[in-house]
Amino acid sequence: MQAFHRAAAIGLLALGLLSAPILSPGARAQVFNPETFTLKNGMQVVVISNHRVPVVSHMVYYKVGSADEAMGKTGLAHMLEHMMFKGTKAVPAGEFSHLVAVNGGRENAFTTADYTAFYQNVAVDKLDLVMRLEADRMAHLDLKDANFQPERQVVIEERRMRVENEPSALLDVQMEAALYLNSPYHHPVIGWRSEIEHYVLKDLVDFYRRWYAPNNAILLVAGDVTVAQVRPLAEKYYGALPARPVPPRDRTEEPPPVAARTVEMRDPDVHQPSWNRLYLAPSYHQGEVQYAYPLQVLSEVLGGGETSRLYKDLVFDQKLAASVSVGYDPDAVGLTSFSFGASPNPGVAMDKLQAAIVAEIQTIANGGVSVQEVERAKQRLGASIAYAKDSFQTGARVLGSVLATGSSVEDEEAWPRRIAAVTPDQVSEAAKQVLRDERSVTGLLLPATPEEATTRAVTSQPAPQLPPGMSGREFR
Amino acid sequence: MNPRRLLAVLVLCLLPGMPALALNVEPVKSPGGVEAWLVQDHSNPIISLSFAWRGGAALDPAGKTGLAYLVGGLLDEGAGDLDSQAFHGKLEDLAISLGFDAGMDTLHGQVKTLTANRDVAFDLLRLSLTQPRFDAEAVERVRSQVLAELSRQLQDPNAIAQRAFAKMMYPDHPYGRQVDGDPETIKSITVDDLKAWTAAHLGRDQLHIAVVGDITPDQLRPLLDQVFGSLPATAAPVTTPEVQADAKGQVEVIRRQIPQSVVVFGEQGLKRADPDWYAAYVMNYVLGGGGFASRLMTEIRVKRGLAYGAYSYLMPRDHGALAAGGVATRNDRVAESLQLVRQEWGRMADGGVTADELANAKTFLNGSFPLQMDGTGSIAALLVTIQLDNLGIDFVDRRPQLINAVTAADVKRVAKRLLDPAHLATVVVGDPQGMQAGQ
Repeated sequence: MQAFHRAAAIGLLALGLLSAPILSPGARAQVFNPETFTLKNGMQVVVISNHRVPVVSHMVYYKVGSADEAMGKTGLAHMLEHMMFKGTKAVPAGEFSHLVAVNGGRENAFTTADYTAFYQNVAVDKLDLVMRLEADRMAHLDLKDANFQPERQVVIEERRMRVENEPSALLDVQMEAALYLNSPYHHPVIGWRSEIEHYVLKDLVDFYRRWYAPNNAILLVAGDVTVAQVRPLAEKYYGALPARPVPPRDRTEEPPPVAARTVEMRDPDVHQPSWNRLYLAPSYHQGEVQYAYPLQVLSEVLGGGETSRLYKDLVFDQKLAASVSVGYDPDAVGLTSFSFGASPNPGVAMDKLQAAIVAEIQTIANGGVSVQEVERAKQRLGASIAYAKDSFQTGARVLGSVLATGSSVEDEEAWPRRIAAVTPDQVSEAAKQVLRDERSVTGLLLPATPEEATTRAVTSQPAPQLPPGMSGREFR
Repeated sequence: MNPRRLLAVLVLCLLPGMPALALNVEPVKSPGGVEAWLVQDHSNPIISLSFAWRGGAALDPAGKTGLAYLVGGLLDEGAGDLDSQAFHGKLEDLAISLGFDAGMDTLHGQVKTLTANRDVAFDLLRLSLTQPRFDAEAVERVRSQVLAELSRQLQDPNAIAQRAFAKMMYPDHPYGRQVDGDPETIKSITVDDLKAWTAAHLGRDQLHIAVVGDITPDQLRPLLDQVFGSLPATAAPVTTPEVQADAKGQVEVIRRQIPQSVVVFGEQGLKRADPDWYAAYVMNYVLGGGGFASRLMTEIRVKRGLAYGAYSYLMPRDHGALAAGGVATRNDRVAESLQLVRQEWGRMADGGVTADELANAKTFLNGSFPLQMDGTGSIAALLVTIQLDNLGIDFVDRRPQLINAVTAADVKRVAKRLLDPAHLATVVVGDPQGMQAGQ
């Protein structure tokens, strides 16, 4: 089972474009060797050369996400992401996507709590075109009610598909809301349905004017290009746009957590229960930031592969779980979570699985980690760095997320060094401080009644593979 | 096995297009006669190996569906002297990825390693293919994982719909069953079954291999013999019968109390080797294969906001084929969405595509092809698919001409042949209003 991730991207198209993966810490590396400069209007530009295939990924990240929305207007960042495809004075609705497609490009966009990103993957000789188009909609979006009304319905259908049709997604939303009492991470990226239904066009116009400015955006170009090629194009298209004052990003602090919380979701459609837990955790930028690197090592010790602590104990030795997962993403403007997920083996009671996994978490919080575990985890994180530049897009995606949440290129390039410097004592201390009951929300996904679930499990049928062109649970 | 790998992986011949792209594919033959296609890329210290045997889940005996799938899940769970923990300990310590996946017509495998660990990686692959242990511990563990995943799919309306649709299309053929089996059959599979399958199907005559990355032909040749040389010369024959889809306009409604209905539909398609393949491929792009540009997306999403996505696809298998699609839409608008699907299906059948649509499809299908070559692993997997489809080592170079040769008349002909809204068969999962099962 995949623990819910606040940063899990939601996006625009249902069809099989490139995914916006949640990048593992191992994908971060010095290997990217990016070159960076800043336009006169304050827009940062990052170029990552990779000359294997004559293609480029052109991405613009805006430093605005669902956590920047006003009360009562949740989901507006994502709604605006959709509307960015609805035309400008110069490029009418639908024309952007049409031009990208007839030029052999693939495009998409995605919204997270902290940023909104747009990208086109094209042959290198089409870079000029997509840059012109992207710069045009940065400044000249023509928001019309006639385009907005049907698109609102599209977003509502997207919400039904991602959240309302799926009990595990409904539970994820409840857990996040329970974890973040006061922070804007409280609400889901896609927003509350009742609020989506009540936006007016002016909300979008205001949001666009407030946040979509070159000085609040980052341009990333990765692939078969050099800075010498990118710079004149960036200056011509993006450099022509004026800077505007942009409000500060407010990530209201959480009050100190005082009580462990449990969210229980029972649904007659649940056939495979799951156990989930989130701990309120520091990111690179808020909370006990000194734990951000040790927690990445801890995540690898606990959940990295079949020889990790949790897999070995719960899946291999005790045979209570079919799968376990551990997650931690330090890229956030505000706080983040350290997450666990486990799926019981058929016939294993949830109580029994819960007791075992909680005991394991307590062991690590009280007893810490061994020198050997930490060395193995660091070695694996380090080795995975070499794979990061196998893909021409990975570097741009990693750096986009890093820069949009407040870290620097230098931070990113120092990642291997900082991970290598983590000590077992630091990991043990981070575990002790973060894996505390009062910081936690436990989420249980359960069948409506035990009898009903048993009957269904015997009589119903397993499901097939998804067809090509239809992505599964990782829509964007 | 990592349960996430148990999730659907469907490698189909839906290769998007490819323009002038210098991909230097070299045929390499080992002294022992094992052949592979190689693309050298020494820019990163990484090697990706992809391979597949023809013969997959469609060969599972009727009461043992999921057998090939379980084999795929267990080949990397201990081999030779290494039990599962020891085997995975080596893989994880050296950051080697190694895994297998059964499809309906094939068993696929892949290895990705740093150059420095090349010999260990290839040796672990040799062990997994020639001396898999199938220890009771691992078999029961992976069996539980598959059962848990099958249970999870019961709460996934997409999975429910796809399963029902496969059964509807192929009521009496292995394609109507599922690669990952069902609970009863998964429980019935024994260690002897797993061993027998492995002994029978991993023959060199059905094997296709591609290697991409930091390795030379001279380095690769002996490794091919070491890894694959001791496998049996021949595999058990592929006996899957040819089959036509049983599409006659029927509708099945599976009631679930969810706010959005998942709809899948389809009828008989055409196989990859069909002379009209490229015409059908272009047709599908225009109909529902290409993002916002497609007719289905325009009518259902852009104009009416009825769905987040509406799509069509071609699914050519070795012994049967579908032209199919799907849409997910609010319960009170299912009938309307389906009516639009039928309307567009019929409009394409009657009129084909316009000159503009044809030209746009060609530029997209050719221009976007290199975009999928995002890494050594994806290139290697692509080359294996090209081998399985018998397209030739120069396919990447020839593909643009094949696409460009398609005429509007070709598309019209193939659309008339394939698409008939009266035959379109449909499964709806949800609580659609005003819809009944029936013909």
